[in-house]
Amino acid sequence: MALAKRIIPCLDVDNGRVVKGVNFVDIRDAGDPVEIARRYNDQGADEITFLDITATHEGRDTTVHTVEQIASEVFIPLTVGGGIRELKDIRNMLNAGADKVGINSAAIKNPEFVKAAADKFGSQCIVIAIDAKQVEPNADGTPRWEIFTHGGRRATGIDAIDWAVRMVNFGAGEILLTSMDRDGTKNGFDNDLTSRISKAVPVPVIASGGVGNLDHLVEGVTKGLADAVLAASIFHFGEYTVPEAKQYMAERGIEMRL
Amino acid sequence: MTTPSVAVIDYGMGNLHSVASALAKVGGDLDIRVTDDRAQIISADRIIFPGVGAIRDCMGEIRRLKLDDVVSHCIAAGKPVLAVCVGMQALMSHSEENGGVDCIDSIAGHVRFFGENHKDADGNKLKVPHMGWNNVFQKKAHPLWKGIADGSRFYFVHSYFVQAEDQRLVTGVSDYGREFHSVLSRDNVFAAQFHPEKSGDAGLQLLKNFLNWNGEPSP
Repeated sequence: MALAKRIIPCLDVDNGRVVKGVNFVDIRDAGDPVEIARRYNDQGADEITFLDITATHEGRDTTVHTVEQIASEVFIPLTVGGGIRELKDIRNMLNAGADKVGINSAAIKNPEFVKAAADKFGSQCIVIAIDAKQVEPNADGTPRWEIFTHGGRRATGIDAIDWAVRMVNFGAGEILLTSMDRDGTKNGFDNDLTSRISKAVPVPVIASGGVGNLDHLVEGVTKGLADAVLAASIFHFGEYTVPEAKQYMAERGIEMRL
Repeated sequence: MTTPSVAVIDYGMGNLHSVASALAKVGGDLDIRVTDDRAQIISADRIIFPGVGAIRDCMGEIRRLKLDDVVSHCIAAGKPVLAVCVGMQALMSHSEENGGVDCIDSIAGHVRFFGENHKDADGNKLKVPHMGWNNVFQKKAHPLWKGIADGSRFYFVHSYFVQAEDQRLVTGVSDYGREFHSVLSRDNVFAAQFHPEKSGDAGLQLLKNFLNWNGEPSP
């Protein structure tokens, strides 16, 4: 018996509505993030992550309200990512009841922001979200991944593994790693990249991007050395429930909270 | 009869929204005070002493607001006290975090770092912080364990762990590369390293038990 690996359903939220579609058989209004979060909580999800893709300021207020509602009835950790640019964005989300915030492009624009955020709020609530793509190998032939922004369209030239190490040195308490090569493919996580980052940093790593079946979740832990696995569509469309996924992983020798 | 009250001690370290809303969820008609006000705390029926972040900053604020005296006063007065995470660590004698910080010293013992290159028994690397759901094994009967199965999982986030000197206080243990004291209790004090407010049904049950607890240690 020991620390369990975590399963984290992820909701993409735009103006207070879950997008990318969620389709539980017995939920009539599938777009309500509060209802969906409650459902995942009831299923035994270990955490819930929100990716706020709202573009407008007014919409951000809606997000704060949504987080407040979820936090008042779901008593498992809640991470909110997307649009976190300033210390006051972090404060707003934490005050609304989020436990952690995911920081992505603001860290690339200004790495010192991560330091300030960890100093102010503690490393335990600072998650660095990394969107990485495999690029041409290094001169010595070792594979290389770079950080991309703008939904994978813009290269930054930053090495993903170096970046993860640097962010942890700046105070990040956890890494949320998304493979832009795998995201949406249902071909499984990029376990080569995930394991390299997991070995390089002392903090937990969440694998994301590419889950199409339960074996992918297992491999994220066994091959990717991930501490937690994040998935959206396999749960949203009712292909698998969280308990099924946990049972499947546990039967393959992975420590789970059942 | 007056409404029962609980004070959640707020010294500016971390958000207490989740603690307050979890109490509201299980507490029924309950006066929940998230406060640093001495009178508000001392007049409450029971006390929650939370904490997140670095111990030096926490102890700095606790001392600046003279909350160490308030906490000691409430403990001495026999009020039920639930200390959570860094709140538990703050009750100990000393922490080795931040180069060494003296704490409130209500419970004799030390707070130690899991360490760089922390490994399990098989030599596998363990991440620090210890973050996620781990088993809590009950080492002695306690009213706050009511309805909670031995070995239930609770949510932890911490890099430092508590070692009490008096083994009789050890109420729960967990394993993360080594066994550590995840729950200590003495008389009217119950101190947990995990976050009950983030531990799903088991955590809510523990909070409910706390609200029903008269501060007597035996079930």
